Amino acid sequence: MSSLAQGAAGVPAPVAPGARGGRRVRRSSRAREESRTGLLLITPTFVIVVAVVVLPVLWTVSLAFQRVRLLDLRDTGVLGDYTLANLADVLTSPGFLESLRTTLVYSVGGTACAIGIGLVAALALRRPFRGRGAVRAAMLLPYVAPVVAATFVWSTALSPQFGVVNHWGTELLGWDEPIAFLSSRADTFSLLGWEITVPTALLTVIAFEAWRSFPFAFLFLTARLQAVPETLDEAARVDGATPSQRFRHILLPQLLPTIAVLSVLRFIWTYNNFDDIYLLTGGGAGTQVVAVRVFDYLTARGDIGAAAAQALVLAVILAVAVTAYLRLFGRREEVA
Amino acid sequence: MSSAATRGPERRRGLSRDAVENALLRVARPVVIVLLLLIAVVPFWYMVVLSFRPLDAVARDPGALWVPLADITWSTYLSVLRPVAEGGQDFLVFIRNSLVVALGTVVLSLLVAVPGAYAVSRLEFFGRRRISALFLAVYFFPAILLAVPLFVFFTRIGLRGSLVGLLIVYVAQVAAVTIYMLRNYFDTIPVSLEEAAALDGCSRLQVMRRIALPLAMPAIVSNGLFVFMIAWNEFLFALLFLIERRDSWTVSLGLSQLAGSIEVPTTVLMAGSVILTLPIVILFFASERLLVGGLTAGAEKG
Repeated sequence: MSSLAQGAAGVPAPVAPGARGGRRVRRSSRAREESRTGLLLITPTFVIVVAVVVLPVLWTVSLAFQRVRLLDLRDTGVLGDYTLANLADVLTSPGFLESLRTTLVYSVGGTACAIGIGLVAALALRRPFRGRGAVRAAMLLPYVAPVVAATFVWSTALSPQFGVVNHWGTELLGWDEPIAFLSSRADTFSLLGWEITVPTALLTVIAFEAWRSFPFAFLFLTARLQAVPETLDEAARVDGATPSQRFRHILLPQLLPTIAVLSVLRFIWTYNNFDDIYLLTGGGAGTQVVAVRVFDYLTARGDIGAAAAQALVLAVILAVAVTAYLRLFGRREEVA
Repeated sequence: MSSAATRGPERRRGLSRDAVENALLRVARPVVIVLLLLIAVVPFWYMVVLSFRPLDAVARDPGALWVPLADITWSTYLSVLRPVAEGGQDFLVFIRNSLVVALGTVVLSLLVAVPGAYAVSRLEFFGRRRISALFLAVYFFPAILLAVPLFVFFTRIGLRGSLVGLLIVYVAQVAAVTIYMLRNYFDTIPVSLEEAAALDGCSRLQVMRRIALPLAMPAIVSNGLFVFMIAWNEFLFALLFLIERRDSWTVSLGLSQLAGSIEVPTTVLMAGSVILTLPIVILFFASERLLVGGLTAGAEKG
């Protein structure tokens, strides 16, 4: 069946709309006027972004190298005593490396599950049927719903005292006792004589992330599926390809670029995620990701220097990882 | 996933494997669809059901996924909406705050970003590519990295507790998405239309107002809805800036703060969750086509 794969790979990708070029030559006075108008129109956005994003980030960098606590905030200026102590403390402090590891497990697991479920959903809903539009819209609910409401419903449903999940689990599925999904670091199950220990709370927050963001993957994969030429599929069918072969050799190669982009996007967002874990577990029971740790240092301990240092480490690791990824696999699509 | 699950035994070659797979798929497809639908919808159904049940009924039978008609109570909603003075949770005030912040963000960000998106799409100016790269970078920034300095800054100038500070942060956060979405749309509008108007003597700003803006209206509306949803749902910055002033809490913040306390019954907070979610769901179903189109515009480039 390799000829099929080649055929699929040989099909040119749809050309992006609005491709520019060709209209470069222009009279210079007009060009100058255009440049002035352009700068004028972009300035408000530019000013806000610089003031509320760029400058604060630079300030974080500066704070990361100073010993600042919330209490003595008034005395510190931009030119404080710079020191590497924060970074050294943070990197060696108990729990930081573990929370980095948790962050990675959480983002890789959440991303993979979300894209996997999204792909299944997109494939299952590919052929039209009555009510497909409504089903598709309903499936997007977890993604658009406010995160506070979603986490609250989950933690209520999973509650060991009056949660619906534990109720049915103990009644119908024969669980010995309610499972503390959100507050138990590890649980041991015996399955066919094997004792398996699982990080319960971490798996639960990963499941929540998968539930919340699979619609996003589903949406983008559906959009891509609609652009796959119908004739390809028909030709393969005529050639006698089975459904799984058609998926493997025709659809998958078409979807791979989208899956790659989705992986990067979802990974970045999950890696940076604060809300979900803070609201579900507060960072307890082995779910403390770095973002939640930064928040704790900032508010509970008032240790601004250490909070800034950890946020900085978080961002630098992400920047390095994404740059490396784009260097290795990117260059295909131009971003800016 | 489905390929592994549906690869049937290959007893006879060719046709039979095809038949087996097709038969499997015919069963698996509806099962998968129903399952996914349940996964997506049941938590919301559970939310609505709990919000209408009396607390003692929930304690007696936690497993019920429906409310007997006789049991339905509206008292949860009354109690969550009433002011504190009357024993309620003040959600009316929270709703007003959320509305002010979200609508303000929509208006301000559109005012600022529509001209910006037009400029990035149409006009050749110094640093154009660098500026769009900067905006895109903002989109992927860890919010927590911004949280530290903004927290410090707003503490210092005493703007903590003010909705205005929050509004400015939100506008900066959504400007990137807005410019990106609208730029893509402006790119699809044929330049020839504007050139014709320019030949007729329109200035650049007139061209923009009379030709580009009306044509881009669908994209602007869908972007406005999208921004509204982001601002309405936002939690981290509201938590950082507003926590000390109960009268300026947003619905999200109010719900999360009250969820931790034991005094407020879960069913009452479920009513609060419904109130927080309902506007978004209504907005979403009313504009699903527009929104999805706007969101996935450019997905085909992938």
